[in-house]
Amino acid sequence: MKKIKYSEITPEKIYNNRRSFVKSVGFGAGLLAISSLPFLDNAIGSDQDNLTSYKDITTYNNYYEFGTSKGDPYKNSQNFKTKPWEITIEGEVDKPIKLSMEEISKSFISEERIYRLRCVEGWSMVIPWMGFSLSKLLSKVNPTSKAKFVAFESIYDPEQMKGQRYPVLNWPYKEGLRIDEAMHPLTTVVTGLYNKKLPNQNGAPLRIFIPWKYGFKSAKAIVKIKLVEKMPTSSWMWASPREYGFYSNVNPNVDHPRWSQATERIIGEGIWAPRVKTLMFNGYGEEVANLYTGMDLKKYF
Amino acid sequence: MKKYYKPSIFFLSLIPFFLILYKIIFNKLGPEPVKEITHFTGEWTLLFIIFTLSMSPLKKITKLNIWISFRRMLGLFLFFYATLHMLTYVAIDYRLDFQSISKDILTKKFIFVGFAAWILLLPLAFTSSKKAIIYLKDKWKKLHRLIYIISILGIIHFIWLVKKDLTEPLIYAAIVVILLLFRFNIKRYKN
Repeated sequence: MKKIKYSEITPEKIYNNRRSFVKSVGFGAGLLAISSLPFLDNAIGSDQDNLTSYKDITTYNNYYEFGTSKGDPYKNSQNFKTKPWEITIEGEVDKPIKLSMEEISKSFISEERIYRLRCVEGWSMVIPWMGFSLSKLLSKVNPTSKAKFVAFESIYDPEQMKGQRYPVLNWPYKEGLRIDEAMHPLTTVVTGLYNKKLPNQNGAPLRIFIPWKYGFKSAKAIVKIKLVEKMPTSSWMWASPREYGFYSNVNPNVDHPRWSQATERIIGEGIWAPRVKTLMFNGYGEEVANLYTGMDLKKYF
Repeated sequence: MKKYYKPSIFFLSLIPFFLILYKIIFNKLGPEPVKEITHFTGEWTLLFIIFTLSMSPLKKITKLNIWISFRRMLGLFLFFYATLHMLTYVAIDYRLDFQSISKDILTKKFIFVGFAAWILLLPLAFTSSKKAIIYLKDKWKKLHRLIYIISILGIIHFIWLVKKDLTEPLIYAAIVVILLLFRFNIKRYKN
C-alpha cells in the first residue's frame, strides 16, 4: 500500500501559514535582532520571505531543454522519463562511482530547505526545496588535491527534450562551481519541493541549487558530476562570455551588460507590487561572502 | 460600403487594448503580470509599425488608393501602443522612480533605443492633422520619413532585449526590411 505523506494531505495554505507561526515565535527574538541595525538594511519587507505558490514554481520555469517560453517546461516535460536514472561522479577523485537515483534516495536524507531563487532576468521566488548538501555526495568519492572545480552536466536527450533539437545553447547543459563553493553547506542537491517529488519541469529527478547565485547556475536533470582541475566553461559562458561569467553571484552592484540587477520582481505578487531591492549574494552574504574575500566581483562576475 | 472601412479598422485596432484591459482586471496575466503587459504592448507597437509601413506597398500591389487613407489612423494607433508600452515601464514597472529610469536610459542600450524611438514618434503624432500637412507642405513628407528610422530602432530594441532565442525579433526584422525595400524600389522606378 502506498504510504500517504503528511504533506500530501496538508493543504498548501496551511503549509504556507506554518511559516507565519514560526515567524510569530521568532518575533520576540526578532525584536531583539532589530536593535542590531545591519539587519534592518536587509529587511525590505516580509514579501521577500513568503513562499511562492506551488503553481507558480511549477509553471513558470526557465528550462530551455523543453522550450524557451516560461510555460514550455511545464507543457513539454510531463512525459519525460526519469526512471531509470544514473549519476556518474568522476574525474579527480579517488573512487569514481555510478549511483542510481534509488541509491541516492536511500543513502541521503532530504530535508526541507527554504531558499530564495533569483533569476538573472530580474525576478525571484521563495522555494521550499527538499534536498541535502552536495558536500555529502562528494565525500563519497574523495576528491583529490587536483580537484579545483566541479563540472555538472545535464542529460542530453533530444528525443524527449524538444528544445535540444535547436542550437539555442550548446547541449548538453553544463555548469560549474569552484570546489569550495561546491562544498559549501548551502549548495544543495535537490530531490523535491513542497515536500513532493521534484516535478520534471523543475529538473527531476535531481538538480543542484546554489541560493546565492543566479538561477541558471543551478543545473537541472544532472547525469554527470566531474571534478576537474581547470575552470569549466558553462553553457551560458559559451553562449555569451561578455554577459555570463563563471561566478554569476547575485550582485545588485554589477549589472548584466544589457539590464540592471539592482532590483527584482517577486513572482506572484501582482501588478501593483513594487520592485524590491536585490540583496548582495541574494541575502546569503553572511554565509558565503568569505568565499570571495579579496576578489574583484566586477571582474569575476 | 467604403464608409465602414475606417470605423471597422478603428475598432479592430482597439481590440488589443481591450484584451489587455480585460486581462488586467480579471487577473489573467500569469505569475509576472508587469512583464506580460510590457511584452504585449511592445509586440502590438511592432505590429502597428508593420501595418503602417504596409499601406503604401499594398497600394502599389493592388493599385487601390484606399490603403493610404488608413495610414494615419494606423500610425496613431502605433503611437498609442508605444505610449502604453513606455508608460508600463515608467509608471507600473518602475513606479515613476525617475532616478532608476534615467540611469537605465543612459546605461542600457536597448532602453535608450526604445526611448529614442518613442521620442521620435512625438513630432509625427503632433503633425498628424490635416492642418499640419497643409502648413508644413513638403517638409511634412520629409518629417514623416522618420518612421523608417523609428521602425529600425524598434527592431533593434527587440533584438537587444532578447536573452537568447532571436527567432521572433528576426522575423519582425525580416518583415520590416522587406517593407522598407519597397520604398527603395519605388524610388528606383521613378528615376
